Amino acid sequence: MKLLIKNGRVIDPSSGKDARLDLLIEKGKIVDIKTKIAAKGAKVIDASRLVVAPGFIDMHAHLREPGQENKETIATGAAAAAKGGFTSIACMPNTNPVNDNRGLTEYILSEAKKRAAVNIFPVASITKGQRGEELTDMADLVDAGAVAFSDDGQSVENSQIMRRALEYSKPLNTLIIEHCEDKNLSGEGVMHEGYYSYLFGLSGIPASSEEIIIARDTIIAQEAEASIHIAHLSTEGAVDIIRNARKKKIKVTAEVTPHHLFLTDSYLEGYDTSLKVNPPLRSKEDVQALIQAVKEGIVDVFATDHAPHTPDEKDVEFDKAPFGINGIETAVSLLLDRLVNKNVISLKRFIKMISTTPSLILGLENKGKICAGADADLTILNLNKEIVIDVSTFRSKSRNNPFQGWKLKGTPAMTIVGGKIAYPLSSSKSL
Amino acid sequence: MAFKHKHLLGIQTLTPSEIMTVLDTAESFYEISTREVKKVPTLRGKTIINLFFEPSTRTRSSFELAAKRLSADIVNFNQQASSAVKGESLKDTILNLEAMNPDAIIIRHSCAGVPHFTTTFCQSHIINAGDGSHEHPTQALLDAFTIRQEKKNFQDLKVTIVGDVLHSRVARSNIFLLRKLGARVVLVGPRPLVPLELKKFGVDIDFNLDRALEGADVIMMLRIQLERQQKNYFPSIREYRNLYSLTEKRFQRAKKKAIIMHPGPINRGIEISADMADSAKSVILKQVENGIAVRMAVLYLLLGGKEREAFD
Repeated sequence: MKLLIKNGRVIDPSSGKDARLDLLIEKGKIVDIKTKIAAKGAKVIDASRLVVAPGFIDMHAHLREPGQENKETIATGAAAAAKGGFTSIACMPNTNPVNDNRGLTEYILSEAKKRAAVNIFPVASITKGQRGEELTDMADLVDAGAVAFSDDGQSVENSQIMRRALEYSKPLNTLIIEHCEDKNLSGEGVMHEGYYSYLFGLSGIPASSEEIIIARDTIIAQEAEASIHIAHLSTEGAVDIIRNARKKKIKVTAEVTPHHLFLTDSYLEGYDTSLKVNPPLRSKEDVQALIQAVKEGIVDVFATDHAPHTPDEKDVEFDKAPFGINGIETAVSLLLDRLVNKNVISLKRFIKMISTTPSLILGLENKGKICAGADADLTILNLNKEIVIDVSTFRSKSRNNPFQGWKLKGTPAMTIVGGKIAYPLSSSKSL
Repeated sequence: MAFKHKHLLGIQTLTPSEIMTVLDTAESFYEISTREVKKVPTLRGKTIINLFFEPSTRTRSSFELAAKRLSADIVNFNQQASSAVKGESLKDTILNLEAMNPDAIIIRHSCAGVPHFTTTFCQSHIINAGDGSHEHPTQALLDAFTIRQEKKNFQDLKVTIVGDVLHSRVARSNIFLLRKLGARVVLVGPRPLVPLELKKFGVDIDFNLDRALEGADVIMMLRIQLERQQKNYFPSIREYRNLYSLTEKRFQRAKKKAIIMHPGPINRGIEISADMADSAKSVILKQVENGIAVRMAVLYLLLGGKEREAFD
């Protein structure tokens, strides 16, 4: 089927394009882009009041399948992603069992092929069982389709193993992603350590817990002449470490989540467990530093760290609730409203950080760009539509999102994956 | 009446005049416990649940007697007897108790924020009897009641709080209360247990007990939990005792009329020497006695309302 997207404002940071253009899609590929295209028999989408961007890519999501299908499945997570404006997502390996072998990676990809509305790129674990002891068969996993490696949820505690992982993976042209946390410093912490943790009587996770591992990893990456990607940056000190590493030409990239950009530790006043997340919501000063880092380009990528948990799991004592925010359906509106509409960054920069750059970091060919021959993965935005976040409308299986009731301007209007409309599902809805 | 709260979750949300209302009300209840018939009909027909997820003798009995002396019906639930050990969630446990139509639930739990969490799904009045390292509001109120008996005016006082401030809900509630009433508060203890960030609460911090006791009007000792040593908050009980135990010699640095307080249970010979605990300067048992009047006041202010004349 041919799809003709007419008269949209096409923004493609990879080529610098920002113009009102028509776009023709055929057999899952973009085949033509120009001012006026006529295509007989094509389904026409009027995008004259909309922005057409290369499909958004979430480098950091948890789909919970296999093993925790009560929280999310590949199908529901992918449906949520499509609604949230994402056409591709990288899913973390902390499933049960852990994605540390070819069989698991192939299982995820085959389930994705059958049931997922968006492209799924499995991230395999760095070490077997995420135990931090032995490396996984990385070449085999890359061959099976793993797009990166991470022991997400924890750091690789042993520095020697981290160094070996960076060295060994280098010729495989893959990526090491690190969740940076010194578990000894985090201890029994459940929120950011500081004035508010003392005020609320909750155990704190100090900023140093994150910063020490980021510093260590950038030093190892330099020595190993390898590159590393830092997941969910959250502190001012972490920003400084990355800034300094960049000055030394160390190949380090970093992502930031909407919740770390728009929420602080003071929000935990009511002990709402939907705000319990790791790394924790940090101080006002940390948030200011993160926004500055986004402006400066110290942070490369927006990612969601979509971490669904069931209401039963979250509806408990704060100390006992699992960490994690269900964010894949709210990220785009939050970033548009709070960063683009407030002129912190341009629309083009936003698209670069959520599509172009993630595709480059993950090495996804033919994605993250709009040109003839590229995959027909597109995110169409309505910048003028005002929404109120309502978790009851989520396509995710879970509801643990702290932005309930937030009024935001700007939202994904349509998500096209491989030339097919993944969201909204019923055709010819008013966009 | 200047007390318009449905729940008592902490001191932090109370105004100075609300605190004074509780203390004044407690004053008028104090005498009831000295009568031969220690009972007034004020809360007759009210049902109160004492829900304790942590071991407690003092606080639980104190609430129980306070309720009984006001003629309320009170039921005790403790963790061992409850369904928590059978895997029932906290929320389900409390919803089941609430289905029995109590008027108030008094909660003690090892996790901070549990009383707040409970108010999100419960209709009863909730009274915090200690939540994790967060607050223990009735302890701070009874401490203030005790200080007022001895000192009258909070503004000119220097209160030195000694020990594991980091993990102490008693310390937190007392800091909030004493600062609201204008007292000067000095915290002292091993540095890992007295984070500098606490200065933002408007207190002074010291790590030298002798210096911190200089000119103190009130010395508040905290229980040192022996398991803290295993986590290296301090090297050994021996060293803790050497640096932070309240001894007669150290006490000389405080004002002549200084009083010694402790929320209990005390570790004799560790944070406080036995002779100090038993000395005339100690008001430790007075605190326990006052606890009943203060808790009667809290129950009355939350549940009583119109029947004020009942005990006059």
